[in-house]
Amino acid sequence: MKDSGEYQPYSYFQLMEVSLRELLVEKGIVTEAQVAATVADMRARTPERGAKVVARAWTDDAFRNKLLANGSQAIEEIGIDVPALRLIVVENTPQTHNMVVCTLCSCYPRMLLGIPPDWYKSRSYRSRAVSEPRAVLAEFGLHIDEKTKIRVHDSTADMRYLVLPMRPAGTEGWSEERLASIVTRDCMIGVAVPKLA
Amino acid sequence: MGGLPAGKVEPTEHDYAEWERRVDALMVLLSGVKGAPKLMTVDELRKNIEALPPDAYERMSYYERWVTSITQVMIQRGVITTEELGRKMQEIGKRDGRKV
Amino acid sequence: MDARFKPGDVVRVRKAYPLGHIRTPFYIRGHSGVVERICGTFGNPEELAQMRSGEPRQPLYRVRFLQKEVWPAYQGNPEDVLEVEIFQHWLE
Repeated sequence: MKDSGEYQPYSYFQLMEVSLRELLVEKGIVTEAQVAATVADMRARTPERGAKVVARAWTDDAFRNKLLANGSQAIEEIGIDVPALRLIVVENTPQTHNMVVCTLCSCYPRMLLGIPPDWYKSRSYRSRAVSEPRAVLAEFGLHIDEKTKIRVHDSTADMRYLVLPMRPAGTEGWSEERLASIVTRDCMIGVAVPKLA
Repeated sequence: MGGLPAGKVEPTEHDYAEWERRVDALMVLLSGVKGAPKLMTVDELRKNIEALPPDAYERMSYYERWVTSITQVMIQRGVITTEELGRKMQEIGKRDGRKV
Repeated sequence: MDARFKPGDVVRVRKAYPLGHIRTPFYIRGHSGVVERICGTFGNPEELAQMRSGEPRQPLYRVRFLQKEVWPAYQGNPEDVLEVEIFQHWLE
């Protein structure tokens, strides 16, 4: 009766998920199709979407200004949908490095970048990013010198944050696509900076 | 949690399992972000997670905390009852299990 | 509800420790900072968490704090800052 593939017994929480979902479907609150569509939708939200935004900001000053003034609106205007996202874009400069954390839970610009990585939600990151940002960045391999200011943003309420990294030297004349390829998720959280491949 | 002593940040990530993605999807749907009727808020999700006893919080993974919390909210709001949940979990527990 | 503060105002986070779901981190209570911007007005999460309407909606501010003032043992540039979103009813 079983088709190919291994079966494993449900863990308590997996059992809870299946049970909750089936009850909600039985009660007409959601459908299996909606759940599947939402899973697919979230899967499609990846850091590449954020990288496009950064690359555009690097090559288009008017867009960059709009982005810094109203993040969500600027992004929607270039055709990237970010429902319910209230985004503040913070810009790295030679004098200032930005870093984002949610000490209270795991707030993250999910509708732009997708689901955050485990480490962003970890006790260590959430505790230490606010109180010892330089030490945490060093653990990520990013050394910010003492003369540069660090701004740590704690997403405690309704706003979400995207770091606009500095465009590295040596990228003159690059296409937006090529520029986007060096912007990683970690650059947009602020624990990395773009590197030339 | 900010400012408390903690260890090194382990840059771990895992590719989320389908059941975890479904929990995430349920939250998106139930909180009204994408077109389904709004039946809960992210604030209730957070409140219920904060209410977990510390040792349970540590033992549970991120989405285990989420599924527990979402289920609690559904019970708190009367969308489902404890009785219904118990019977459903018993029923499903008797099935073959999940395909990996 | 009208915004009581504007960018540039010096504000202090109330030093209160009530029960319930609160989005003002412990580490920032009692500290003073400068309003960086008004983010808008939003439902009160303390109320929303209790399945209530979230009224009255509260103005939300981003407040900038000097790291060296928040953490006694802070190591870094003396101008390093911490920017936190705080609801109006937590500011004085």
